[in-house]
Amino acid sequence: MEINLEEVFQQKIDNEIKIEPRDWMPEKYRKTLLRQISQHAHSEIVGMLPEGNWITRAPNLRRKVALIAKVQDEAGHGLYLYSAAETLGMSRDEMLSELHSGKAKYSSIFNYPTVTWADMGAIGWLVDGAAIMNQVPLCRASYGPYARAMVRVCKEESFHQRQGYEIMLTLCTKGNPAQKAMAQDALNRWWWPSIMMFGPNDEHSPNSAQSMKWKIKRISNDELRQKFIDVTVPQADILGLTIPDKDLKWNEERGHYDFGTIDWEEFNQVVAGNGPCNKQRLKARVDAWNNGEWVRDAATAYAEKRAKREAGKTEAA
Amino acid sequence: MSDRELLYNYTLHLADNSMILGQRCSEWCAHGPILEQDIAITNIALDLIGEARSLYQFASEMRGEGHTEDSVAFLRDVLDYKNALLVEQPNTDWAYTIARQFFYDVYHFNLHLALANSSEKRISEIALKTIKETTYHLKWSSEWMIRLGDGTDISKSKMQDAVNHLWEYTGELFQASDIEKMAFEKGFGADLSAIAPLWHSKVKEVLDEATIAIPQSAYQQKGGKTGLHSEHLGYILADMQFLQRAYPGAEW
Amino acid sequence: MSNKEWPIWEVFIRAKQGLNHKHVGSLHAADVQMAIENARDVYTRRMEGISIWVVESKHIHASEPSDQEALFEPANDKIYRHPTFYILPEELNHM
Repeated sequence: MEINLEEVFQQKIDNEIKIEPRDWMPEKYRKTLLRQISQHAHSEIVGMLPEGNWITRAPNLRRKVALIAKVQDEAGHGLYLYSAAETLGMSRDEMLSELHSGKAKYSSIFNYPTVTWADMGAIGWLVDGAAIMNQVPLCRASYGPYARAMVRVCKEESFHQRQGYEIMLTLCTKGNPAQKAMAQDALNRWWWPSIMMFGPNDEHSPNSAQSMKWKIKRISNDELRQKFIDVTVPQADILGLTIPDKDLKWNEERGHYDFGTIDWEEFNQVVAGNGPCNKQRLKARVDAWNNGEWVRDAATAYAEKRAKREAGKTEAA
Repeated sequence: MSDRELLYNYTLHLADNSMILGQRCSEWCAHGPILEQDIAITNIALDLIGEARSLYQFASEMRGEGHTEDSVAFLRDVLDYKNALLVEQPNTDWAYTIARQFFYDVYHFNLHLALANSSEKRISEIALKTIKETTYHLKWSSEWMIRLGDGTDISKSKMQDAVNHLWEYTGELFQASDIEKMAFEKGFGADLSAIAPLWHSKVKEVLDEATIAIPQSAYQQKGGKTGLHSEHLGYILADMQFLQRAYPGAEW
Repeated sequence: MSNKEWPIWEVFIRAKQGLNHKHVGSLHAADVQMAIENARDVYTRRMEGISIWVVESKHIHASEPSDQEALFEPANDKIYRHPTFYILPEELNHM
């Protein structure tokens, strides 16, 4: 009897049985996952930059330690995800070299500048909020290491959004008029990029169907976007802020908010490298990596020397 | 100077060192040589700033008049900062950062061992917590001193350069300011002259293993502890205090 | 430039006294001290553990997924290994 590996594989997925690193998998599944997970990892570490930018300027010590811990978590999340991707047969160095050469993508949202302190609030509230919306379903992704990494990420991520919302809440409820204006301005700038984070509309998302079949994507872009908008609008109301979309209104019949048309031209421009900070973000990552090279090499050289010395000792004995 | 004022000022000595070094370490966040070490140095920044917060909270109680950890940290200018020159030196590269950290860790660890016996309960409580944290920092920075010193030719020369450059800022750690002297006499401060030999012997032990030469230059800079800082501190405070200064009295 | 990536280590954490060390993930480190410290910094930031094991990944030997049936299915019908296989009087309560 001939066993069709691909059929067996799909049956496992249909039955919610996780795929593990050494299991047989179609090459395209491996490649799609590798692309998705490494992009996700890149987004985490590039995502450290816009917020890292404000660590030395945080307005008080409580905010400072929270922000440091948050940005540090993102490094951790990048690390978990690179580790998951490594089980698919690509080294972290190779993934990083794809990021540094511009071949690999990362989430476009991080190509926008953080110009005021309120941006720390808006990012935590909206960007992390959107990320959580995206990530929670991935905790059930069919690939074991990815799903496990996402469980860890989601657990840690929950403080991030609260941290951001609390910043907004303080600005809006305890702040002076300048601080409130700062909060509104941040919402104005981050709203549309945040809802673009869910990716193109479903009819323009060609790979989605296959990814859904493989259960490395569980919910469609548009569905997630709608869900995000529905939960975020009341949160803006509590802050007393206005979402910058004149078409935004509750649709009783649909039981959802209707919203305006997304400017996909802007999205495409940012993806293509023309966002306000694309070059600066990539340069910061490349610089960190290049400046760290002699450090990594030194640690390798020392470890080798010591191993040799210890081997020598054992021989002598 | 009343005992209360003395305690306030002594606490600032302790707090400002860890605050400024924590601020420096936090500059590495998102720029480290590899993710794992980015996370490591950020943890150290969090420990240092956490320690500074406990001390600033205590200091603000000494000062009274509605002061808080933030008003004490954010509303003093360069002349009133009491940290040593060492901790405000720039990150420069991983070798400078490690050497600065190591020199401070050896001092910081021994200082808090002594402060664990402080007659002031709050200081000794903070010291007990800090000893645990600093034990780890010292292990971490010692290992990196050795890795870089005994690593490649490049890392060795960078580490030697960092040690040579930072050496002149280490003596100040043990030159007691008037406040430190009085604090020791009153029983709540540490005896810096007793810490100096401990510092030298640990530094020698690690530098030897790292195959790094101990600089011979005898000249030592001083001034940070009495408010005479390098130009660097002004920029650190400009960053750190910007929002508090631009929006006086605002809540964040 | 040596162009050599730091090796991968698998990390196992004991969450609290009395529990097994459990695999939590992996990381890169140049040597064993660094691996333990990195594991501490990466995987125990929220008090997740009190003890760490690290093993360089290349030293892990795993069973083959293709041997799964041969290795594990024979245990399926050995129900006599389980306590519920034995029928005892109810009065006995706990055994």
